[in-house]
Amino acid sequence: MAQTAFAPWDDPEAKPLIEFRHVTKRFGDFIAIDDLSLEIYEREFFALLGPSGCGKTTMMRMLAGFEPPSAGTILLSGQDIAPVPPNKRAVNMMFQSYALFPHLTVWDNIAFGLKRDKLPKEAIEARVAEMLKLTRLEKFARRKPHQISGGQRQRVALARSLAKAPKLLLLDEPLGALDKKLRQDTQFELMDIQEKTGTTFVIVTHDQEEAMTVASRVAVMDEGRLIQVDTPDRIYEYPNSVYVADFIGDVNIIEGHAEKSGDGYEVTFAEGQPKLRAKTANGLRGSGRCYLAIRPEKIAISSQEPQDAANAVRGVIDDIAYLGNLSTYYVRLDNGKIIKAQTANTRRIAKRDLTWEDSVWLSWTDTAAVVLEN
Amino acid sequence: MRRFSWFNATSLTLGFAFLYMPMVILIIYSFNESKLVTVWAGFSTKWYGELLQNEAFLSAAWVTAKVAVASSTIATVLGTMAAYVLVRAGRFRGRTLFSGMIYAPLVMPEVITGLSLLLLFIGIGLDRGVMTIILAHTTFSMCYVSVVVSSRLVSFDRSLEEAALDLGCSPFEAFRLVTLPIIAPAVISGWLLAFTLSLDDLVIASFTSGPSATTLPIKIFSAVRLGVSPEINALSTIMIGIVTVGVITASLISKRASLRLQAEEQAAART
Ligand SMILES: Nc1ncnc2c1ncn2[C@@H]1O[C@H](COP(=O)(O)OP(=O)(O)OP(=O)(O)O)[C@@H](O)[C@H]1O
Ligand SMILES: [Mg+2]
Repeated sequence: MAQTAFAPWDDPEAKPLIEFRHVTKRFGDFIAIDDLSLEIYEREFFALLGPSGCGKTTMMRMLAGFEPPSAGTILLSGQDIAPVPPNKRAVNMMFQSYALFPHLTVWDNIAFGLKRDKLPKEAIEARVAEMLKLTRLEKFARRKPHQISGGQRQRVALARSLAKAPKLLLLDEPLGALDKKLRQDTQFELMDIQEKTGTTFVIVTHDQEEAMTVASRVAVMDEGRLIQVDTPDRIYEYPNSVYVADFIGDVNIIEGHAEKSGDGYEVTFAEGQPKLRAKTANGLRGSGRCYLAIRPEKIAISSQEPQDAANAVRGVIDDIAYLGNLSTYYVRLDNGKIIKAQTANTRRIAKRDLTWEDSVWLSWTDTAAVVLEN
Repeated sequence: MRRFSWFNATSLTLGFAFLYMPMVILIIYSFNESKLVTVWAGFSTKWYGELLQNEAFLSAAWVTAKVAVASSTIATVLGTMAAYVLVRAGRFRGRTLFSGMIYAPLVMPEVITGLSLLLLFIGIGLDRGVMTIILAHTTFSMCYVSVVVSSRLVSFDRSLEEAALDLGCSPFEAFRLVTLPIIAPAVISGWLLAFTLSLDDLVIASFTSGPSATTLPIKIFSAVRLGVSPEINALSTIMIGIVTVGVITASLISKRASLRLQAEEQAAART
């Protein structure tokens, strides 16, 4: 591991900024957060990802102090924050709804938190000017929230939460309402701000691509539990469960029976199909039912039988999805199973040599697939 | 397109005549030269002059003004607080009972409210006067204020308060700096409502006023029992004038402010 890489979670010496210790949150009988433990480090850009209703907002609200945990403790810099009211926490939240004060100008919205700290007038003015500059809102300082566009409002909300230079900034779906272009711009703006200010960010998003782009680590949640917490590339390449593999990006899941063979497994998945070979680091508990998760872009497609491929299966092209830069081929195997294979369109579409109903070979290496148990 | 058909014009005229004829007649007769109310004897403003000499009326007017301002202000503070608690506190034991008890005076016959207040004041040995009228008016107008304010608070975006807390406000500061300015139009409407109710009230005031303090409605009512005088007409005309001007300006201000704030809030919530 390179010494310079930012990876405090691998460092046993590092002290986490935030620590969830067996936190449970109940609303009546309903368990929104279920015995969850998590550590988030300083200067991280931590993304919470998961389906609607899995408890992402609830975690944010507990950090900000709007909901007390039903059980367990949340530590901020080693201190239990349960007795600290929201207004005394060095945490600022950017609300999903922005929650801008409608009766105040953009300038006053941004200055709001600074005025509460009883800073001298010049300091406030300087800080607000800095924030306006950072979010490119100088021209709109004197306007009210209803007089600016949605994207500008979002930046006001961001500037307002950043102004106090909190230790921890919580962003609840901050880019949800923006179009793709503006979203990407803002993502880079956020990463830039993070780099400049050194604030720790926790961001909630529905958009897995966004999480992959901005995050130092990603937590995939389901029904109030963490399924996997890891760096974006590891989440993508080494999902720990079918759920995570399926949730992040596109994937082929092949169910089969695994048998130990050398440093990997041989997986029987259907009558009359060759056994699939897969090496895996984390190994199964013995042999038995397993799932192979293979990303479509790791599967090569060819009309000729490939030479010395670790895995090769035959099928017929069922459908082709042309995505501009990529094409996804839906290939039907003899047993009816559909496998997706993706290729980059480096050549013009007219030259494409594969078409519907062509008989083709799919192949992949023995490290392409991840062997999963559930 | 003709905006007023013959039928529409007629019904409009009839409707307004029905509403305003009595007042117009009263205003016209307040400028009557003659002492006889029913006989027109030429234009004069002398009754207005005499009114200014009438000590009893002037002191009653002063009492009414004091009572109206004081009771509507206290009622606004208490009513807003009650509305805030009811809307914000969520579900607590006895919430339904509590809110029911706040709104009960709304439907309670005034005679009963007045009588019970009278018994209370006698019971605790409070001398009836300006103080007791103020207390009585506060009691019955507070629930009107809390109805007006709570209907506004229900649609108030809670996350604005949370944002204020998040940025370092104490709960009271969040209320003062964020909630109150945004619901101000409703609070002003509540105050105006309480103010007019107090100006207007005859029944409760007659139970709770004493010899030392009489309000204008009581004064007018008792004067009329001895016969309507042009002086009363003049006084009533002045009251109509004050109420009209006050209500029109205040409702214009608060309506404009509330429309603007509501639009701002909706726009700010999300496009
Ligand atoms: N105040 C509440 N009372 C009762 N249930 C609640 C409350 N707040 C949240 N919940 C429930 O807790 C669960 C988690 O809610 P939460 O808002 O954290 O979801 P989320 O992951 O943010 O979802 P989304 O992605 O749709 O915003 C949901 O099932 C929700 O219905
Ligand atoms: Mg949410």
